[in-house]
Amino acid sequence: MAKKAHVTVTVNGDEYEALCEPGQTLVDLLRNELELTGTKEGCSTGDCGACSVMLDGKLVCSCLVLAMEADGRSVDTIEGMATENNLHPLQRNFLELNGLQCGICTPGILIAARALLERNPDPTETEIRYWLAGNLCRCTGYDKIIRSVMAAAEEMRGA
Amino acid sequence: MDDSLIGAPLRRLEDRALLTGGARYVDDLNPDGLLHCAFVRSAFAHARIGAVDMAAARALPGVHAVWAAADLAGILTQDRIPEGFPKPGANRREVGPYVLARDEVTYVGEPVCAVIAETRAIAEDAAERVEVAYDALPAVADCRAALDRGAPDVDSRDPGNLVDSYTVASGAVDEAFAGAAHVVTAELRQHRGVSSPMECRGSVLRFDAGRGRLTMWANTQAPHSHKSVLVHLLGLDEAKVRVVVPSVGGGFGPKLLFYPEDAVAAAGAMTLGRPVKWTEDRREHFLATTQERDQVWEVEMALDADGRILGLRGRLYHDQGAYTARGTNIPFSSATTILGPYIVPAYRMEVFIAGTNKVPATSMRGAGHPQGCFTMERMLDLAARKVGMSPVEIRRANMIRADQMPYTHPVKTQAGQPIAYDSGDYAACQEQALKAIGAEDFPARQAAARGQGRCLGLGLANYVKPTGRGPFESGLVRVGTSGKVSVYTGAIAMGQGFHTAMAQICADRLGLRPEDVTIVAGDTDTVPMGIGGFASRQTVTAGSAIHLAAGKVREKLLGIAAHLMEASENDLELAGGRVTVKGVPGMSVSFADAANAVAGTPGYALPPGMQAGLEANVDFAPSNVTYANGAHAVIVEVDTETGGVRIDRYVVVHDSGRLVNPLIVDGQVQGGVVHGLGNALFESMLFDDGAQPVTTTLAEYLLPSAPEMPNIEIHHQVSPTDRNPIGVKGVGECGVMSPAPAILAAIEDALAEYEVTLDRYPVTPMMLIEKINAR
Ligand code: FES
Ligand code: FES
Repeated sequence: MAKKAHVTVTVNGDEYEALCEPGQTLVDLLRNELELTGTKEGCSTGDCGACSVMLDGKLVCSCLVLAMEADGRSVDTIEGMATENNLHPLQRNFLELNGLQCGICTPGILIAARALLERNPDPTETEIRYWLAGNLCRCTGYDKIIRSVMAAAEEMRGA
Repeated sequence: MDDSLIGAPLRRLEDRALLTGGARYVDDLNPDGLLHCAFVRSAFAHARIGAVDMAAARALPGVHAVWAAADLAGILTQDRIPEGFPKPGANRREVGPYVLARDEVTYVGEPVCAVIAETRAIAEDAAERVEVAYDALPAVADCRAALDRGAPDVDSRDPGNLVDSYTVASGAVDEAFAGAAHVVTAELRQHRGVSSPMECRGSVLRFDAGRGRLTMWANTQAPHSHKSVLVHLLGLDEAKVRVVVPSVGGGFGPKLLFYPEDAVAAAGAMTLGRPVKWTEDRREHFLATTQERDQVWEVEMALDADGRILGLRGRLYHDQGAYTARGTNIPFSSATTILGPYIVPAYRMEVFIAGTNKVPATSMRGAGHPQGCFTMERMLDLAARKVGMSPVEIRRANMIRADQMPYTHPVKTQAGQPIAYDSGDYAACQEQALKAIGAEDFPARQAAARGQGRCLGLGLANYVKPTGRGPFESGLVRVGTSGKVSVYTGAIAMGQGFHTAMAQICADRLGLRPEDVTIVAGDTDTVPMGIGGFASRQTVTAGSAIHLAAGKVREKLLGIAAHLMEASENDLELAGGRVTVKGVPGMSVSFADAANAVAGTPGYALPPGMQAGLEANVDFAPSNVTYANGAHAVIVEVDTETGGVRIDRYVVVHDSGRLVNPLIVDGQVQGGVVHGLGNALFESMLFDDGAQPVTTTLAEYLLPSAPEMPNIEIHHQVSPTDRNPIGVKGVGECGVMSPAPAILAAIEDALAEYEVTLDRYPVTPMMLIEKINAR
């Protein structure tokens, strides 16, 4: 077996250390070593967006990033989105407007939507739809997801 | 009751965990000592298996077991998965898949060997080291050609490719054709594709040797039937097996089945002394999860001079795949749902179910019903042209009127039940859909757009869908000595908001808030029997069971409180977890006190006339299914340069009786519509002529994504049913019924000047360009 490497990574502000296989992906590290199972794996080929996380502030598919590539870097996942008692406005609006059903795509969609609103606080519906093109959802038909993101954007602009 | 919780658009109780990453799906479960599975799968659509060399795989460090079929003989009681839903008097080739292939492989992806190892990576590496010698055999890819004389056998161990055939008929159909003013003929091809939940299949099995007990966590839609399969396959007592369903990332049909991989993981857990996990990857989902595939219809419709249907007849070929994993009912549903909201005086459909060298076909969201709807709606559009009527008029002329309800079609279901529609106003639905989409002004809009070189078209399709299938579902409502209320059912949650809807129904009867009720669904230890989640059945069946059980608990609460307070039951009311004397807020008994009063104290009798335990268990068995219906209207724009189709507006008028939670219902309808739009425009599980799958990633098999999907506007009609105590009908599959026929009709309308006729879906840009250029 190939030699394992020592990886130090900051996830949601907390530092973690792990021994990783050379071929191990970031999503595998998060889910199976660090037990942060909120990030989901839907395809392992970069096609579904369920594994979306932020890596040093950039939106990535964590199934396409090697764990070793995350060494010394910082990762934000769904587990860091709400503070103790407060849901993020995106989470709150998904709850209000039924922007989810089975919820397996939801962590990836929330992370991707937050990344959009950070760079564009006032997106049009079309911009939201195109931004989320890489996040597949089989349950909702997207309508209520889009409505939830628009409502969250409005709330965040007002805040 | 205006303050009823039934009908309230409440926020979903399950969402907080789902939104914060706290929910646990089966792949999130990692018990200590977990081992992982990987499979050696057939790369051949059809081949004889020669020598199998597993030595190199077994030698790999970290590998605990490498098995071929023969190795399971001492662990499992049989080498095939028991078939789900066997038909009484089973058919000749109605046989379930092998756990691991023996002697012959009959589809690409069929498991041949299994590896169980410390990690999935090691298991996959070991699987690659297994050498299997194959001797290729001719394969069958097309379900109609499969029945040709001289077609190769799908399975040489069981020659002949006809799995089953039957005829659904009523009335003198040939006479109807003899006297017809018009006859319309078509050959239609349909394809539903791959279910593609965003969570693939998976299970975790753990055997507790000390207690002799096996627990399976699985993302199944039918835990009780999984339990019975485990009991049979492993020869265990019922009391020694428990199946638990954690959060499920979408079901859509194929997750009903117990699969070979589950059997291997169970065999591993029983023999290796460690828990075993099986997680399907996306490629395996395309290869080895059941699909709902092709149907070929040869259909003729006879009409009188006024466009009224006189008769409908034809042949339906259904692609069953290599094994019968779950009955042969899908095309039966197609062949009866075809009648839809229309009067068809004479009818005959000959159904042929053919084996092919593909992964078995079983039901997927809609389960054969959308195909029936598609065929009828397509035939009506073709007939309208021939007769010289509009698509709207011909539908009006043939529709079952509201004053004819309840209406019974002359044909019967496969189980011999009448197809007896209970309620609905089909014409009103159609009119409302036309109004909402602006059909009246559409011709002007269409002409104006045409003046600018743009092609707009309007499409319409109606459906009637049976929902709430029996035979029963369980509901147990219990008030604990804490005063807290819990509900247990054999139905399961897979993303529909099931907990919220059931909590609403229970809370409504007990004067509580939904958040005061805990729903436990999908744990075979909590209720002895259950059926599960499919066929748009759970709100009807489990909802009714819970409604009735909560009603019985309510009676008990009133009786106990009346006894404790020496009051008359008629003077009592339930609110806020207490039974109170009306108008005397100080005089009340809490649910906890009531529960304690019948919890029993050793040495003392229970209060007179009372039974132990503040609970009730009801298995609700509906007398018949209840029929939901709706109308879909869509406007599309077709780009004649690229063949691209843009959906401009999509309107649904939906009637599923009384709504428990409109917010949830709308979401379910929208999700179903988009699944149907995927079928209409994108989704195509392709096999080459040798039955080799060619779309095995989400980059090759296109699911609908956000940019190309429209907003979906929903209106409701409410025609309650008397077939269950809450008056509800099912929802889950309704949205998927009509998108394909509506979209095809709209495209044809947009391309009217090119006289395009569409006879299959998905409609691809290439297909349209070829048809446009052919003019
Ligand atoms: S799991 Fe990474 S994109 Fe699908
Ligand atoms: S909510 Fe189920 S996949 Fe999106």
